[in-house]
Amino acid sequence: MNAAKVREKVAFTILGLITLLIVLPIVLTIIYVAKNGAGTVTWEFITQPPRSGMREGGIFPAIIGTIVLIIGTMLFSLPLGILSAIYLVEYAKDNLFTRMIKLSVVNLSGIPSIVYGLFGFTLFVVFLKFGTSILAGSLTLGIMSLPVIITATKEALETVPASFREISLSLGATRWQTIRYCVLPYSIPGILTGTVLSLSRAAGETAPILFTVAAFYLPRLPHSVFDQVMALPYHLYVIATQVPNMPARLSFATGLVLIVLVFLMNLVSIFLRAHYRKKKQW
Amino acid sequence: MVAEPIIKTINLKCQYGPVTALKDLNIEINKNEILGIIGPANSGKTTFMRSLNRLNYLNPSYSQTGRIIFEGKDIKQIPDSQLRKKIGIIFALPQVLPISIFNNVAYGPKVHGITNKSVVEEIVETALKKAYLWEEIKDRLDLPANKLSGGQQQRLCIARTLAVEPDVILYDEPCSGLDPISTAKVEDAMRELKKYYTQILVTNNTKQAARVTERCGFFLMGDLVEIEETETLFTNPKDKRTDDYITGRFG
Repeated sequence: MNAAKVREKVAFTILGLITLLIVLPIVLTIIYVAKNGAGTVTWEFITQPPRSGMREGGIFPAIIGTIVLIIGTMLFSLPLGILSAIYLVEYAKDNLFTRMIKLSVVNLSGIPSIVYGLFGFTLFVVFLKFGTSILAGSLTLGIMSLPVIITATKEALETVPASFREISLSLGATRWQTIRYCVLPYSIPGILTGTVLSLSRAAGETAPILFTVAAFYLPRLPHSVFDQVMALPYHLYVIATQVPNMPARLSFATGLVLIVLVFLMNLVSIFLRAHYRKKKQW
Repeated sequence: MVAEPIIKTINLKCQYGPVTALKDLNIEINKNEILGIIGPANSGKTTFMRSLNRLNYLNPSYSQTGRIIFEGKDIKQIPDSQLRKKIGIIFALPQVLPISIFNNVAYGPKVHGITNKSVVEEIVETALKKAYLWEEIKDRLDLPANKLSGGQQQRLCIARTLAVEPDVILYDEPCSGLDPISTAKVEDAMRELKKYYTQILVTNNTKQAARVTERCGFFLMGDLVEIEETETLFTNPKDKRTDDYITGRFG
């Protein structure tokens, strides 16, 4: 073997080890949680409300709460995020104003989630008088998801070749027709990926829902958007730190359910993306 | 008697930011002629063409002064989508959309609000026949358009433009990526289309201009140096720079 080949081999080995180093903690965490929690995840656990000071029973209201919050977040942030990105990429002129918007979007995605939580509490719960409610929580989570959705959509739109737009416009199509028929169909995979990633992140967040929606203990299901709900991440926090003599297996089981829920969402996005990829022909 | 020109520019000046691409262009284009535009790179040929259907404005740094009159009207008074429907363009490289052959051609009629399926089918067939492509692909209209050869794709682009029923067709070096046989087919299509359309052909290939066009203009550094009957321009140019260019001494 000559020197160049040896060097290449060494470099590949090092890169491989680094990759392993990144993947390992994730895999170990999942294995550890699964090992300690899997035995507790029974049909009863996922379909029954908690009992006896949450030390027994299941986590059904928290599962439903998290799903409701994901849907609420999606309803709010999806249209707003995608439309903003379309505006920024396809319509906005490059001037100080749009550059400031773009900069803000980038910066907003770096803000700690507890800040969003406090902001949501001040604006939605107190000022707009929504109270601690699904509405306030969904809006807060939605605002937190917006920057990621906007960035992902922007990138997906920008990867569509400029020639597609030129062809369409040159045939006399309007700007919106061009976007509708020649840009969006080819950027849907990218938009989906970014959206689902940000929603699954929202599903696992505790800080933004802490003051805006999450209930400590509420075994019944919500009646309206102004109701509080339990949510998996907050429930996990509560049983892991706030309740004395709580069997640890319950925390692990709750964590496992949350991981599986997020994993399922990502799986859906992978399937959708593969489905749309097949149509992509350039 | 000389008929009114279909397109006329008056003191047209085009700029990209501080860079002037066309200095002061006055040119008249007659109905149903094939006008050739030759000249070296950066001489303003493409800018001229794309100013006619306002495609230049897709570039945010573009600005222009002067007037362009199309069918007796200043093009500023015509909405973009109407203008571009009337003045179609064929780009340098065959650029098809990643959809079927049929849908490529049907795209234009669709955005202009034609929804009746049999009407669209008829438009597509007519357009493909006029572009000399129908016989080759009539059995596989559902095939993805980018499976076609380069020459077929370029004729598909012509058909796509024809499908919106323009009055003028602009060709921006339409054969620069094509082999000689495909080029000949595109040129045949152009000669045939002369009956119905006014055509402007920008080309780097002076021989092609000589073969296809009736009148020909020579652009250099943003100036229209000379515009003449093609035969005169190629055999007996008035300007020395034209002579140098077509005999291959520069450019």
